[in-house]
Amino acid sequence: MNDSNPSKATYSLTIGHLYPELLNLYGDRGNILCMEQRCRWRGIEAHTVGFRLNDNIDFSQLDIILIGGGSDREQLLVCNRLKEIRQDFAAYVENGGVVLAICGGYQLLGHHYKMGEETIEGLHLIDLTTERGEGRLIGNLIIQSRQFATPLVGFENHGGRTYLGQGLKPLGYVLYGNGNNGKDGGEGVLYKNLVGTYLHGPLLPKNPHLCDYLLSAALRNRYGDSAGELAPLDDKEELAANASIVDRFIK
Amino acid sequence: MRKYLAIWVTKFLIWAGKVAGKAGSSTPGRFGLKICPSLLADLASQVKEGIFVVCGTNGKTTTNNLLCAALRSEGKTVVCNNVGANMLNGVATAFIAAADMRGRLAADYACIEVDEASTLRVFPHFHPNFLVLTNLFRDQLDRYGEIDITMDIFKKALALSPETKLIVNADDPLSVALAVESGHPCVCYGVNEDTGFSQYAAQETKEGRFCRLCGAELVYRFYHYSQLGDYACPSCGFHRPDPTYAATQVNTNSGIQFTVEGRRFSVDYHGFYNVYNMLAAYAAARESGAGLEHFQQVLDDYHPQNGRMERFSLAKPVVLNLAKNPAGFNQNISALLEDGGSKDVIVLINDNEQDGQDVSWLWDVDFERLKQANVVSFGVCGIRGRDMQVRFKYAGIHAQLYTGVEEAVRNMLPSNAETLYVLVNYTGLFATHNVLKRMETQGGGKHE
Repeated sequence: MNDSNPSKATYSLTIGHLYPELLNLYGDRGNILCMEQRCRWRGIEAHTVGFRLNDNIDFSQLDIILIGGGSDREQLLVCNRLKEIRQDFAAYVENGGVVLAICGGYQLLGHHYKMGEETIEGLHLIDLTTERGEGRLIGNLIIQSRQFATPLVGFENHGGRTYLGQGLKPLGYVLYGNGNNGKDGGEGVLYKNLVGTYLHGPLLPKNPHLCDYLLSAALRNRYGDSAGELAPLDDKEELAANASIVDRFIK
Repeated sequence: MRKYLAIWVTKFLIWAGKVAGKAGSSTPGRFGLKICPSLLADLASQVKEGIFVVCGTNGKTTTNNLLCAALRSEGKTVVCNNVGANMLNGVATAFIAAADMRGRLAADYACIEVDEASTLRVFPHFHPNFLVLTNLFRDQLDRYGEIDITMDIFKKALALSPETKLIVNADDPLSVALAVESGHPCVCYGVNEDTGFSQYAAQETKEGRFCRLCGAELVYRFYHYSQLGDYACPSCGFHRPDPTYAATQVNTNSGIQFTVEGRRFSVDYHGFYNVYNMLAAYAAARESGAGLEHFQQVLDDYHPQNGRMERFSLAKPVVLNLAKNPAGFNQNISALLEDGGSKDVIVLINDNEQDGQDVSWLWDVDFERLKQANVVSFGVCGIRGRDMQVRFKYAGIHAQLYTGVEEAVRNMLPSNAETLYVLVNYTGLFATHNVLKRMETQGGGKHE
């Protein structure tokens, strides 16, 4: 697809994928592919940089950071590494940098993850805590966010129960499934331009509204407010896939 | 008495299931074991020469069926379990079906496919003489959890049966590490040469990039697919073992040909992964002492079935294949690329419990490669057909959504492509098989 507006061709976004060799469960590739394609379809350049554990990260070069989930062992490695660059990461988030943190990547942004006797200290980037609960919360998950009319749909599979501190808003409220902890009805977190969620793997392809929300915020950060106006795309298939899940489990 | 009752009840249920046209056969065995829990151990102990168990994420059924056929070609009597019945109850059904009414089993060998997660429930009943481990890939995370969990279950199961000899794919660092850690006697098979797939394989999302023994990142000389290849750990020295049964001169351009132990074998279907299935069966049978002078004949007589590259003759050839996880699907795509002819492709994706309810894995499959596979048109269907349509869209492929596989086949058959491929995940398999068989019969076609 060629965009008729040539000036947008000068827009370019860089997506930083944190530690895909360690955190690559559940089809995170879908999220990257979705962001890249939805930029390209609008004539916006987009490319993704995958960081390895010991690589230096220049946060000023990144427009969107994606951090996924992994096994406990791998998550611990990542968490220890991120503590070394915590200050830069925190500044990025506080300045409105766009982050999509999923599952394990979401948990480690908080204060700690309690696993029975053992407590793993998190990055303290956002005011939330996680503790391991009885059994895993597995299944389809549908939430309603204030930001969008269309629900967000996906799949959750997590042993941790996450509790948000006072003053933090969840990404949305659970219509079907468990969400953060299966109790308070909240799912994920939306803090500035950081989205944390248990909707794992290919979250964005079936929730193009969320994808565009992230892209728009990233463009505004880099190129000013007017750049945040995205050209509409034909999302017939994406929204039909989204609706088929909503219809199946809610109506 | 309990034993006889258990046998009679089970046999009756097997018969009743057949009459009702049910494909699965785990229910009869469940009743049998409930009535007489020691029955499986009793029957297994009557197997004269040896019991093989075949495990692994992909290729279990084909490997097990080939192994069974290879042993039968040596004049042996073999007990073998059916497709889809690879958990404890299905294994019990297979043994009871093969026994007579008085619980006597006349079998030289048993070839039993066992779901990895079920090994811990099966091994208390009998200890296999040989365990063939085909490979370990990421599969249905919502059911099995991470691959570490599967490996842990496996280790516990192996500890129950210390005398079992392992027959392992040398090219899979996860399987080999498991064998090393278990301390069991072990024999390997593998593909000894670079097959030229490294370029694709390097981009796949893979397990086992890190050494299981020390944690360092493995270095590869080449990949075959996924994490299979020639690897070594630069830190602790863990490396691909030299396989006893090594395939060389592998050719997949027109059917498949390869050489092992100086013998050249050939089949007319596609799919590099089939080299491993044939090698695994060959290695296992050879380890039991079989000469396998007639293995080519075994391969000739073996018609892929039950949706493993199964061919139907409709208005044009229709090929049905199971594809239920990223490694399997990527290999299916490779097989389509090996077939240079024009084709249409239908993908059916369900999310029933046996499929795994989580379809995130679709995004780990390199569907983008199908753009180079000479495909005329794409169709999608199944409970998650819409997910598949979106996946194709982001791969730059337009796919038509159909309400069911029959509608898809009827609409796509008239195209001018030479072959129609139907790729389905687990619970779509039997239904699709039946639809194609019925259409074949109605059209007067002949099933190969």
